[in-house]
Amino acid sequence: MISSRYITIPIIFLLLCTQTLWAVERFPPPDFVETDHKLPSTDYITDVTPRLVLYEYIDVAVLAGTLSLASYLVLKNRSRRAIFALMIFSLLYFGFWRKGCICSIGSIQNLVLSVFSNSYVIPLTVLAFFILPLAFTLFFGRTFCAAVCPLGAIQDVVLLRPLVLPKWLESGLRLCAYLYLGAAVLFASTDSAFIICRYDPFVAFFRLTGRLNMMILGACLLVIGVFIGRPYCRFLCPYGVILRQFSRLSRWHATITPDECIKCRLCEDACPFNAINTPTAPWPASNYRKSKIAITSILIISPVIIFLAVLLGASISDSWSKMNPTVRLAERIYLENNGMVEGTINESVAFRSAGTPVSELYQQASIIKNQFKFGGRLLGCFIGFVISLMLINNSIQRRREDYQTDRAGCVSCGRCFQFCPKEQERLKKLKEQSA
Amino acid sequence: MERSEQDITRRKFLNRGFFGILGAGLAAIAVFFGKKKHNPKMVWQLDPQKCIACGNCATFCVLEESAVKCVHAYAMCGYCDLCTGFFEPKPRELDTGAENQLCPAGAIKRTFVEDPYYEYTIDEKLCIGCGKCVKGCNAFGNGSLFLQVRHNRCLNCNACSIAAACPSGAYKRVPADEPYIIKRVQHA
Repeated sequence: MISSRYITIPIIFLLLCTQTLWAVERFPPPDFVETDHKLPSTDYITDVTPRLVLYEYIDVAVLAGTLSLASYLVLKNRSRRAIFALMIFSLLYFGFWRKGCICSIGSIQNLVLSVFSNSYVIPLTVLAFFILPLAFTLFFGRTFCAAVCPLGAIQDVVLLRPLVLPKWLESGLRLCAYLYLGAAVLFASTDSAFIICRYDPFVAFFRLTGRLNMMILGACLLVIGVFIGRPYCRFLCPYGVILRQFSRLSRWHATITPDECIKCRLCEDACPFNAINTPTAPWPASNYRKSKIAITSILIISPVIIFLAVLLGASISDSWSKMNPTVRLAERIYLENNGMVEGTINESVAFRSAGTPVSELYQQASIIKNQFKFGGRLLGCFIGFVISLMLINNSIQRRREDYQTDRAGCVSCGRCFQFCPKEQERLKKLKEQSA
Repeated sequence: MERSEQDITRRKFLNRGFFGILGAGLAAIAVFFGKKKHNPKMVWQLDPQKCIACGNCATFCVLEESAVKCVHAYAMCGYCDLCTGFFEPKPRELDTGAENQLCPAGAIKRTFVEDPYYEYTIDEKLCIGCGKCVKGCNAFGNGSLFLQVRHNRCLNCNACSIAAACPSGAYKRVPADEPYIIKRVQHA
């Protein structure tokens, strides 16, 4: 061991020397005795400044404004046309003008990174983008999804021939969103990648340029979105998953009817997002027993579900850790040093020229791998928990007498308003009043 | 069992309780992360000391024409006649003929100052940020040419796609009031 240290220290020293060598002037700058030539200033580099912070605050103000307006339109004005107009504005402003960055969905990762990293601090504007929609949802329901989110807007515009999915498929597919949220948190907390941004399917449209595979994915989602309303929002959006829980508890929420439900069934097929709960038929007393048995058996098997999910999480954590550049580099260096691969790649060349000791790299990589081991299990636990809760939620039999919006799933788009005869009555009255 | 609207049922109680918890949670996040003294706007920049001029900047930016361009720290430049950032490794002649130039876009202008010195300026409109000149200049010259994210072009994506592809980890978020990392003369 001692002998190897005697060798490595001079090698590191030599590497450090070569590192500083290239920054030293090989050719001394001329003094231009003949022509008295002045060196051009390098101010031209720094004169090009980033977008003013003031504009970022304007973005936050626009966000707050559109959220307030959307809430007013959904709860008071009840005009689908106005909601649609505001949605188009948001699509143009947050989407095409601001090029889709920063968005509330991606801000989850900034917050998570800010919690786990000691060097990154979340900027105030990004924090506002994370908090404002949640706060509004807590009071008014998912009005953010209705008319502010550009990703929701671009899908809402193409929804022309809505098909209704069966409820079991709906909640099954929604599991993807929970998984996406969990994975995004895992990758952001280990500072590996911002996957929500990297795999954002619509941002390429907003920028009118982007990676081809994401363009294709976005186009596919839009084609699906013609028939199945807002596929990204319902089955993938990680922010939507959080908004759902906030919307369940919202103080006020969009309602189908402006005053009283007369159970006319006209709104039954109005919702393309499966978010209208129909009244339940009166069931016999034996149903309670059935329901109790179902819930009890789910409660009994839920530890098994969670355990299996944790096992699954543990088994994928190793391959997921390769998303981290440090882990990838360490594995590459290991392979190269042990002669298991031929040649070098840019990453390994850069690493060697920087002169960081290999042991340090290995140590960092193993720390990150351990984080993934723990995080993967935690993610599995979370998913198992979500599955169990979904099963319980689906087997609880609730008694409903009216047609109501499903608070979690309803994006407050306002499509159902016009189907309600009571709403038509209200509009007629308004017209008479103004005339 | 008739229940009037005002009665607090168990469901209502739980509902209000969770409402309070979520509201308080949001407020706590806002206060905890908002009160930190120094959370400025951050922008992406690359550290020229770590950059190995691999060429990823030109191809991985979400913009068709990359936001990364080559810039010149004139104070470090040797004003060489045979500039290894300007010329191909074995140029036929030391002139501005396209066959002799390293830059694929012809973005470097070579002007005679006085014998034997030439000044090299970069036309940013033409530069594609490939870093070929940077590599050449670092290899045999003073390293006065280097790449920087130009903030009039950068969209400041939340997750920079060049940063994800950078082999040397040269990309980092820097405060927006100091958005550049300029190379300076290092006297040994």
